[in-house]
Amino acid sequence: MKKEWPLWEVFIRGQHGLNHRHVGSLHAPDAEMAIKNARDVYTRRKEGVSIWVVPSAQITASDPGAKDALFEPSMDKIYRHPSFYDIPDEVGKM
Amino acid sequence: MTSKDKLVARDTLFEWLLRRGDTALVLGHRVSEWCGHSPVLEEDIALANVALDLIGQARMWLGLAGEVEGKGRGENELAYLRDAWDFRNFLLAEQPNGDFGQTLMRQFLIDAYQVPLLEALKSSKDERIAAIAAKAGKEVAYHLDRSADLVIRLGDGTEESHRRMQQALDALWSYTGEMFASDAIDTAMAEAGLAPDAASLKAEWKETVEAVLDEATLTLPESDFAHMGGLTGRHSEHLGHMLAEMQFLQRAYPGATW
Repeated sequence: MKKEWPLWEVFIRGQHGLNHRHVGSLHAPDAEMAIKNARDVYTRRKEGVSIWVVPSAQITASDPGAKDALFEPSMDKIYRHPSFYDIPDEVGKM
Repeated sequence: MTSKDKLVARDTLFEWLLRRGDTALVLGHRVSEWCGHSPVLEEDIALANVALDLIGQARMWLGLAGEVEGKGRGENELAYLRDAWDFRNFLLAEQPNGDFGQTLMRQFLIDAYQVPLLEALKSSKDERIAAIAAKAGKEVAYHLDRSADLVIRLGDGTEESHRRMQQALDALWSYTGEMFASDAIDTAMAEAGLAPDAASLKAEWKETVEAVLDEATLTLPESDFAHMGGLTGRHSEHLGHMLAEMQFLQRAYPGATW
């Protein structure tokens, strides 16, 4: 199956001011075609105003097996959450 | 009857609108035949998008044509209840899909024509035509971007893809001349400021086509021979077969809706 085109991860910005979000992946021979394909596959219903594509091979992911060591320790440290402060009304919505 | 209809005879405008609508409809249907059969998933969706754009354009042109005709026919009656000799599409649009390369070559040769046509139509004296052109122009600009890119990639690709693209170009070339053959309808539309004369689009079309085919390492056929007849209802054998499939439902179950 090595004849398959490489895989690309697709990120789309829904509207100005928002972040690009990962929406999925697709195959394409190069970046330019990946953008075109992403336009056709992921923005058919006006989902976005900007597209990024990144070769999937370029993404380094954390090890799912190390999940406990990486994320468990933060579970009981509730003092890290900024929920112990009273916010004065004058500050308004944050 | 509005004042806009009086710039040219009603029949002239109707015929001209059918040329636009039928070319979009027939090409759109042809492209839709790929749905579920494309070489890769991404292309399948891309081709379906192009087909839907074209069918959307056909609806606008034929809707307006029906309005201009004033005999109570709408987009559906015009699309589904006319026979081949009443269709006014370019012969190029009805040519069979062939392989993926031939489909793309056909698309490219028509896209390169539609872009300057719709650009010019944006300043039509009939604002209904200008409005359709403004919407369709954006879609077609993307179609051309895509088809030109793929023609270059496949033309300048492997030995086999190059051979297939050259074959497609040779097979379709003689159907391109019809797009620039101005007749009385074109002249009347141009004189009324409603549309550009077909012949005037040739220079820009040729420039685009030559640049892309050159980059695609393909050789432009030398022959100037042009098949004619699409605009007067004398079609190739392929259109009848296509319509038999496209119109089956409305013919067998008149007025069926869902």
